[in-house]
Amino acid sequence: MIVLLASHRYTLGIIIGTLFGILARLSMLHTDYRQYPTYPHGRIIHISLGVIAAALGSVAVPSLLEKNYTAITFLALAAQQFRDVRSMERETLTKIDQMELVPRGPTYIEGIAMVFEGRNYLVIFTAFITSLFTVLATWYWGMFIGIFALIISRQYKSGKQLSSIAKIINAELRMSGPDLYVDDIYIMNVGLKESQNKIRKHGLGLILQPINANAKVTLANLGQRQAILHDVSTILGAYRDSGEPSLIPLCKLDLDDGRLAVFIIPNDRDPEKARQVLMRVPVLESAVRMPSEAEVNKKRKIGW
Amino acid sequence: MSEILAVISMFPDQVCGGAPIFLAKNEEELEALAFLLEKIMDAMAHDLKNGTKIIVKH
Repeated sequence: MIVLLASHRYTLGIIIGTLFGILARLSMLHTDYRQYPTYPHGRIIHISLGVIAAALGSVAVPSLLEKNYTAITFLALAAQQFRDVRSMERETLTKIDQMELVPRGPTYIEGIAMVFEGRNYLVIFTAFITSLFTVLATWYWGMFIGIFALIISRQYKSGKQLSSIAKIINAELRMSGPDLYVDDIYIMNVGLKESQNKIRKHGLGLILQPINANAKVTLANLGQRQAILHDVSTILGAYRDSGEPSLIPLCKLDLDDGRLAVFIIPNDRDPEKARQVLMRVPVLESAVRMPSEAEVNKKRKIGW
Repeated sequence: MSEILAVISMFPDQVCGGAPIFLAKNEEELEALAFLLEKIMDAMAHDLKNGTKIIVKH
């Protein structure tokens, strides 16, 4: 079969390129605890778009080799298409977010939408170089490079986790009269005795200690904080209902040293599990700042 | 912006102003009124620690 196709170099290139493109999309389409993309229709949408992206990437090679340069404008069309994917995801998630007990927050949503767009470009990249090497060299070289591209795509698939920017410690949750504290950080004033008792019984407190000045800024970001609360509530459950603002999970910052106090009320009250979950919360791309990279801070060691 | 929806107090001479004021005779009534108002208004009760509680919409 391959011998037969080998005589049609371009066809073989397109087939192998598209196949590897689709494989790349499938390997990056991961429905985990977040259940997003939703199963099965959310996944069908993204697999279909992945097939289109793979086909576009692999077809670009023969058209370029045939000096059909106008065909490259097709890629511009693809970019437009995948920008639409991003806004589609943003819109859907923003709408769903209004009905969440602990919302994701706009920064997390933007992060997810960005990932969908980015992964489609990785699919185009995989399909393009697989197709290129199949056409220029032979089919096994194409496959070898394809596997290499799959590995690279997987590398770029996920970002950093919270454990790489902060030390996470279980802390004492205490009520001093109506005032709620995690360790020494003030969280809120809870007026009702009933809510105070519920918090005492079900609440958990954790402290996030940033490892450097850059991490401090990331932890202070409101979007990052909301993402932390959403992720913990998704995995451990949220002990709350609508119209119960006294049972809302909260993050508060210690302004002096940048520590972040996390107060949660999970259904599954297991401090060690909560710590593990926090360690794996993704660091949102849009929340990352690098004040240490600024010229003024390079000259002297930053002291905040 | 947060807004005070109601004030519940045991001391009538301590409170006045724009928000509706509910007076309670004792601690129990103060707690019960705050509980009911919190649930009715879907807002949060805060304790000012001086015999007065406020219901705040966040």
